[in-house]
Amino acid sequence: MILQSLKMAWKAIATNKMRAFLTMLGVIIGVTSLVVLVSLVNSATKSVTDTISSLGNDMLTVSISDNKDKPLAWQEVMALQDQYGFAEVAPLATASVTAKKGSTSDTIRLTGTTPGYAAIQGLTLAYGSFFNVADVNNNTYVAVVNSYTAQTLFAGGSAVGQTVSLGGVAVQIVGVLEDEEGVLGFNSQSLEAYIPYTTLMRISDSVREVGSFVVVPPAGQTADQAQATLTALLLNRLDGDAEAFSIVNATDIANAMESVIGTMTFMLGGIAAISLLVGGIGIMNIMLVSVTERTREIGIRKAVGASYASIMAQFLIEAILISLIGCAIGILLSWGIVFVIGALAPAYNFGLSIGVIGIAVAFSALVGIVFGSYPASKAAHKNPVEALRSA
Amino acid sequence: MIQMINVSKFYQMGDETVHALDHANFSVAKGEYVGIVGPSGSGKSTLMNIIGCLDTADEGEYLLEGQEIGNYSETELAHVRNRKIGFIFQDFNLLPQLSAAENVELPLIYKRVAAHERRQMVSDVLDQVGLAQRKSHRPAELSGGQQQRVAIARALVTSPSLFLADEPTGALDSKTSAEILRLFDQLHQQGNTILVITHNEQVADQTERKMQIKDGHVMEATA
Ligand SMILES: Nc1ncnc2c1ncn2[C@@H]1O[C@H](COP(=O)(O)OP(=O)(O)O)[C@@H](O)[C@H]1O
Ligand SMILES: [Mg+2]
Repeated sequence: MILQSLKMAWKAIATNKMRAFLTMLGVIIGVTSLVVLVSLVNSATKSVTDTISSLGNDMLTVSISDNKDKPLAWQEVMALQDQYGFAEVAPLATASVTAKKGSTSDTIRLTGTTPGYAAIQGLTLAYGSFFNVADVNNNTYVAVVNSYTAQTLFAGGSAVGQTVSLGGVAVQIVGVLEDEEGVLGFNSQSLEAYIPYTTLMRISDSVREVGSFVVVPPAGQTADQAQATLTALLLNRLDGDAEAFSIVNATDIANAMESVIGTMTFMLGGIAAISLLVGGIGIMNIMLVSVTERTREIGIRKAVGASYASIMAQFLIEAILISLIGCAIGILLSWGIVFVIGALAPAYNFGLSIGVIGIAVAFSALVGIVFGSYPASKAAHKNPVEALRSA
Repeated sequence: MIQMINVSKFYQMGDETVHALDHANFSVAKGEYVGIVGPSGSGKSTLMNIIGCLDTADEGEYLLEGQEIGNYSETELAHVRNRKIGFIFQDFNLLPQLSAAENVELPLIYKRVAAHERRQMVSDVLDQVGLAQRKSHRPAELSGGQQQRVAIARALVTSPSLFLADEPTGALDSKTSAEILRLFDQLHQQGNTILVITHNEQVADQTERKMQIKDGHVMEATA
């Protein structure tokens, strides 16, 4: 019977293709916007989270807000590495000073740290090398600059071995970083330099003891396990005050990011779903017209023995079929749109999201059922004598 | 086969009640070929709709093959129309988007006959009405007489207990009318029960037994 109803529905749709297409238009637009929006957001999310995890998913950043007058010396922080077997530990402090070379001068952001930081952040050098442990121990005046700084201050010439004035102190450049691709594909447009932690203590008055440092867990340990170790030792060190410090886990950041994007997907999907509902109202509208026009057909079918249920099934299946054909067209259209956008912005790896296609099909079927029910029941309830008399 | 006891049907038109059928009493035996004649508006179609279970009576008892139809549900009535009644209408009532064969097949689909059996049955009855060559034509591609034959084939295909024809020749010229009436004669000779409703005395004269209807009153015609 379902097969027969499908055949009948298909025939009815094929008899009036233009009308069927116009009926589907709302569903086509709804499904296309749903599938395209959700697919784009999903693909973008994936490339953003991939970037975040490539930055070191298991890195922990410790910040101390209240040292209880027992400041942590950088040596003490460095010692944690051997004490607890962390893969890397690096103290971190920043300061902004004026960089001056010849007649060029501008504000530069200095990051004072130890060589381990280069490995943690995955910094790669284009020229020269990173400063070493001896430079930290001897507070040598050396710096590694980003490529923008090298280009700005040395106008394309080789920067390695040159001297630059940072906050009034002459510092020798030992390395230049590679041109970096930021998270969203933009190169950094600011002056940045990495110098030994101890050197920054000399240059900047505000840097004394360690206020923050980054830690990479020991091999075979998760960020959460390392976080527990660090929490225990800092509680011990800071009079058991959990408010005196904070530890940020990179996994937490990735999770927060994913939840924000999840909410965004949900909202965009919701808006698209509303347009699908509007498409459903379009189906109901045309189906009601169609039922009125086909009153005589309904009368004839009833005269030869169609029951209430078979007429209901016929029109309901017609509505569902219209909705699903619209859905299929919408998915094809989405595929084309996502393909074109993907070709225009290859960095994001845009692709159709399979999950949302499933949702679109299920939702379209539901729209067909919900909005087809009323016209179908109207058709099924027609009195056969009156239906046969109608023109 | 059919038994009507005091069957009435009323229509309320404003303040006035129209007695489309007024205490009709009659019966038809199995295998009879009965003509019902009456002027326009006398209640012929109303009677046929009740006999054919398209409509139910407001009063009285109607028994079809001994079964009281009065309390049947909509679904049960559809079932009776499908299995026991073969309708033939004045304006054929074929579905224009379907071919002759598909139109004939329709009642079998609602009867849930398997597809391969349907094909055989459809081709048998189209043969019987002489339209084997026209099975894939649509109604618009057929003459009035041919369309009425398709309608007869559609009535025939379920082997109903009762053929009900409402003005079957009303839209046809006299030559084609004669052909259709010959088909009815054949059906009658094969033992089928036929009720033909008409306002045309010549058509009624072909039948075995004649009844008259006037202002909703049904009576046996005096020969
Ligand atoms: N649905 C209806 N509403 C009101 N009056 C009706 C309706 N159907 C039939 N009638 C009335 O009932 C009477 C009998 O109609 P009908 O059975 O169609 O007559 P016939 O077929 O003999 O021409 C007529 O007076 C007609 O106006
Ligand atoms: Mg009539």
